[in-house]
Amino acid sequence: MTAQAERELETETETMTVREAVRQALREELERDEDVYLMGEDVGLFGGVLEVTSGLYDEFGAERVRDTPISEAGFMGAATGAAATGTRPVVELMFSDFAGVSMEQIMNQMAKMRYMFGGKAEMPVTVRTTEGGGMGAASQHSGTIHTWIAHFPGLKAVAPGTAASAKGLTKAAIRSNDPVFVFENKMIYEQEGAVPTDEEFTIPLGEAAVEREGEDVTVVATQRLVGESLQTAESLAETGVEAEVIDPRSLYPLDTETIVESVRKTGRLIVADESPLSYGTHAEIIARVQEEAFFSLDAPIQRVGTPDTHMPFSTPLEQEVLPDGDDVREAIERVT
Amino acid sequence: MYKRQRRFDERALALQRRGWMSGYPPYRGQEGSQVGAAHALAAEDWLVPTYRSNAMQLARGVPMSDILLFRRGYPEYASDHDLNVFPQAVPIATQIPHAAGLGMAANYGDSEEAICCYLGDGATSEGDFHEGLNFAGVFEAPVVFFCENNGWAISTPRERQTASDTIARKAEAYGFEGVRVDGNDPLAVRELVAAALERAREGRPVLVESLTYRQGAHTTSDDPSRYRDEPAALPDWRTADPLERYDSFLREEGVLDDDDVTEIEDEVEAELEEAVEVAESAPEPEPGEVFDPVYAEPTPRLAEQRARLEEFADREDRRDLER
Repeated sequence: MTAQAERELETETETMTVREAVRQALREELERDEDVYLMGEDVGLFGGVLEVTSGLYDEFGAERVRDTPISEAGFMGAATGAAATGTRPVVELMFSDFAGVSMEQIMNQMAKMRYMFGGKAEMPVTVRTTEGGGMGAASQHSGTIHTWIAHFPGLKAVAPGTAASAKGLTKAAIRSNDPVFVFENKMIYEQEGAVPTDEEFTIPLGEAAVEREGEDVTVVATQRLVGESLQTAESLAETGVEAEVIDPRSLYPLDTETIVESVRKTGRLIVADESPLSYGTHAEIIARVQEEAFFSLDAPIQRVGTPDTHMPFSTPLEQEVLPDGDDVREAIERVT
Repeated sequence: MYKRQRRFDERALALQRRGWMSGYPPYRGQEGSQVGAAHALAAEDWLVPTYRSNAMQLARGVPMSDILLFRRGYPEYASDHDLNVFPQAVPIATQIPHAAGLGMAANYGDSEEAICCYLGDGATSEGDFHEGLNFAGVFEAPVVFFCENNGWAISTPRERQTASDTIARKAEAYGFEGVRVDGNDPLAVRELVAAALERAREGRPVLVESLTYRQGAHTTSDDPSRYRDEPAALPDWRTADPLERYDSFLREEGVLDDDDVTEIEDEVEAELEEAVEVAESAPEPEPGEVFDPVYAEPTPRLAEQRARLEEFADREDRRDLER
């Protein structure tokens, strides 16, 4: 289904930013289900360092919007224990780079707990975390690490590119009985979009959205690069190239079918994702396409991402390293 | 009577030695400590165990056959029991933050449950020990951290594990009480852990250091004669056999005689025979079972991979593959 068609199904929408969309999702789920509560560093009184949870502490109180010690392994582990008895913790990992200090609890505990219980315990944990460069936050606060999480069996990973998907995916993550990581790109918090107001609106994990239809080339873009690719597609249309832009929204499970169907039509594929170029999300998407649509390809598949380097603190250098719409354009021009 | 635990441990070791199951971590010498602590728990309390605390799991009602089957490559909850017992943690200290979270969830639901989190002296060196105890202190989680100081973490003696003179005193830094107990005295352990659980229910976690001794190897994959001299430089009460000690105490008190012991031994042997039989007659796990417990909602990718494996298994005769 195209994103446009999906939105048309929703009778009412409201324009809001990605930040507001995530907050609305959290508020609605806190209201809907008493088992849901938030925890993380500075999420309560302070409202989160990037202000996503702002106001929720006043509405729901200190027990449901819980400030924790600076202790990533502590809250990843506590969430794993707490979820096993049926509560639904929503954890904020301030920067996804900090997954490093809690990786044992993420990859060996949260991911495997249901399995170790022989399937007898559910693991309804949601981890919201921020990704991406562009804020001048330097190399240890600007990472895009979603490939790691999408790689570990037992975990699911989503990465919204629009305000509507930010809300729908966050709500779906909280309602899921599996551990789901929601990767919020910091640079799109202010990006606005139409968001369905229906409290039952969710986006099923594993469904991509065709954000723009086109016949000549498929661009699979994530997070910030969805908007960038859409702009590029509009400007390229003036030159006669019609790009189809797909936001996978969910990285694992990945909606291979929607992507493959598009490539069968266009014969060309660009994968644009901010993670480092080697051994990453790009490679997985490309592998799946060649498995199922190898003979539909008319040109080599192109990747757009961050070079295998660290995010510089220096703003001019950071802008140099970060992939953007121009990189997508160059990639399209190489194959059309 | 923890004769049951002793015989289970001996039998499990013997079974492992003849290749009946994979590696086994014996707990010989720690039965008094573990059974004493397990008996302090109320029915609804949670036990958060590790690979070393199987005597506790048995005392809490986990069937012997579950533990044997787990070591034979079956899922941990083979009997489908619904006891409040977490899966045994095999990495070190990772269960400690889980226990803090279970305690936070109990508080959140206004439940009366308390949590007994087992750990060893080696676990106190891990970051998870710090983060878990800190969480419990800050969130007033109803958790008793039951640390068995058995003197050894594989080959590393307790004094090379931490420069702290006791483990119990580490609790002070988290704002709660740390206490020591003679782990070879099951009645003392039971009384102390019961009191600690009551305190924990009031929102005051406790760290218990139970002083006992690992008489055997770390697991069936090591040989302690390569790294420690027997007997160790520890007082006799630390390394003495808790079973003999309790046995003579009960006889002195006049509550146990030879007939009782024979009766207990017969019951234990019968239970063991049955457990081995259950384990031996369990059907071979089906390949598909590898996929079931991974997700509540399996992904399409996993479903495809499962279908491919099952199709392969159907096509190939498994006996051919084994050959």
